[in-house]
Amino acid sequence: MTNEEIKEYISSLAPAATYDESGEWLNILVEPTTIKPLMTTLRTGKMQMNYLFCLTCVDFKTHLTMVYHLSATTHRQSIVIKANVNRDTPVIETVCDIWRTAEFLEREVFEMFGVNFSNHPDLRKLILEDNFKGFPLRKDFEDPINMIKL
Amino acid sequence: MYNQTEIIKDTSELGAEGELVINMGPQHPATHGVLHLVVTLNGETIKKIEPHLGYIHRSIEKMCESLTYRQFIYVTSRMDYLSSHINNLGCALLVEKGMQIEVPDRAKYIRVILSELTRIASHELWLGAMAMDLGAFTPFFYAFREREMITDIMEDTCGARLTMNYIVPGGLMYDIHPDFQKKVKAFITQFKSKVTEYEDLVTNNVIFQSRTKGVGILSAEDAISYGCTGPVARASGVSCDIRKIYPYEVYDKVEFDEVIETAGDSFARYIVRVKEMNQSIRIIEQLIDNIPEGDFVGKTKNVLKLPKGEFYTRVETARGEFGVYVVSEGGTTPHRIKFRSPGFSNLSALNHISVGSKIGDLMASMGTLDLVIPDIDR
Repeated sequence: MTNEEIKEYISSLAPAATYDESGEWLNILVEPTTIKPLMTTLRTGKMQMNYLFCLTCVDFKTHLTMVYHLSATTHRQSIVIKANVNRDTPVIETVCDIWRTAEFLEREVFEMFGVNFSNHPDLRKLILEDNFKGFPLRKDFEDPINMIKL
Repeated sequence: MYNQTEIIKDTSELGAEGELVINMGPQHPATHGVLHLVVTLNGETIKKIEPHLGYIHRSIEKMCESLTYRQFIYVTSRMDYLSSHINNLGCALLVEKGMQIEVPDRAKYIRVILSELTRIASHELWLGAMAMDLGAFTPFFYAFREREMITDIMEDTCGARLTMNYIVPGGLMYDIHPDFQKKVKAFITQFKSKVTEYEDLVTNNVIFQSRTKGVGILSAEDAISYGCTGPVARASGVSCDIRKIYPYEVYDKVEFDEVIETAGDSFARYIVRVKEMNQSIRIIEQLIDNIPEGDFVGKTKNVLKLPKGEFYTRVETARGEFGVYVVSEGGTTPHRIKFRSPGFSNLSALNHISVGSKIGDLMASMGTLDLVIPDIDR
């Protein structure tokens, strides 16, 4: 599918989506509330995006952006889905019932950025200690004891 | 992180009879690193495996945010330390892609040869360690005999045996050792004459076969869903070799086969890695005599600044797809960097492939996932 076809297809699913083609792949910014139905359709619909190869979050100081890199093992076309979430109460629907790799990746984002994934089966800290305070990958995180910034 | 009393409390709350929770690791001989698995057993049957990570977490992603584009490459050697050269390559490719730096052909050839040597060294170590987990001690010495030759080649050329740090954006740090080609050829001869010994010693071993065949089966669909890559996914019949799908450097000029097995069990994962070593030898043979003359490093600016935007590169390490995702604001340091490590995704499938099997089989299924803990924790 060309980028234009993908845009048309996504627009029929999420009309509010905005597009950015400056990078290597088509970037699609959607509303966080529409992420679940959109992702389900991308996985099961005609695009068959069965491979979530990267899931992460970026802190832009004013907001957090969830980034999902999707691809398919059949046609090998990659797209990037993004959703901006509020920095104070970041909540987004989980996608780990669509791609099972998301379970661990979302747990990592949860502890590093403090994004809450609703309906996640087991949302606990994965890498950090259980009593760790703060979200280390956010830009305003300061740790006076273990200096991470060089 | 998860203390013993809590575990006992947890199980009493569940009230399940005959249920036993044991801690495997973080200092367990078979986990090869500080991996902590909380295994719930019913008799000898595994009911659930919960990995507890973070014992070697160094926050490499945060650290990289304050390192320049020349510096951050070398931190990645400390992630998957067995594929350190390939990790460096992935990061260098990202900087080169972002800044459109031309890499001389000589550097490309040497990078690929060293990548393949790294892959063989990694698989050799895995072969020895994995056979040792299953009770066969001898293969360890056989595997290390060949691996030693590679680490010697690395030492001559890169100056280090494990964390090579040989790549700079635009090429290589310095030229290869004068004996490089001779030593690599000697290694190929040695490897070819000895690789049949693994077949006799391990592959055709009845005990080894009965401990790995049908153990830890991962279907193709699950492998994709869990994001498994590398030999783990290829043993389940998923074509996922980045060298074939998105060729980088000179992989599109060389002939090699993507090794694919369909059984999806531990034995298939073993076979894929052994066959992959032979393919790596094939790649090296095609390149070693044809290294072009010329510069080993291209022209770059002193201060590297990536343009504003997002960049992603991926390379095939010994464990699978290693991805680097950089968000740049146009400065000398990345705004955000994310390493998609193959081990992390492969580990997430461990619970799925082990549930219902016996605890003794866990050694086989975990061993063939080829986990490197610093790669998972980052």
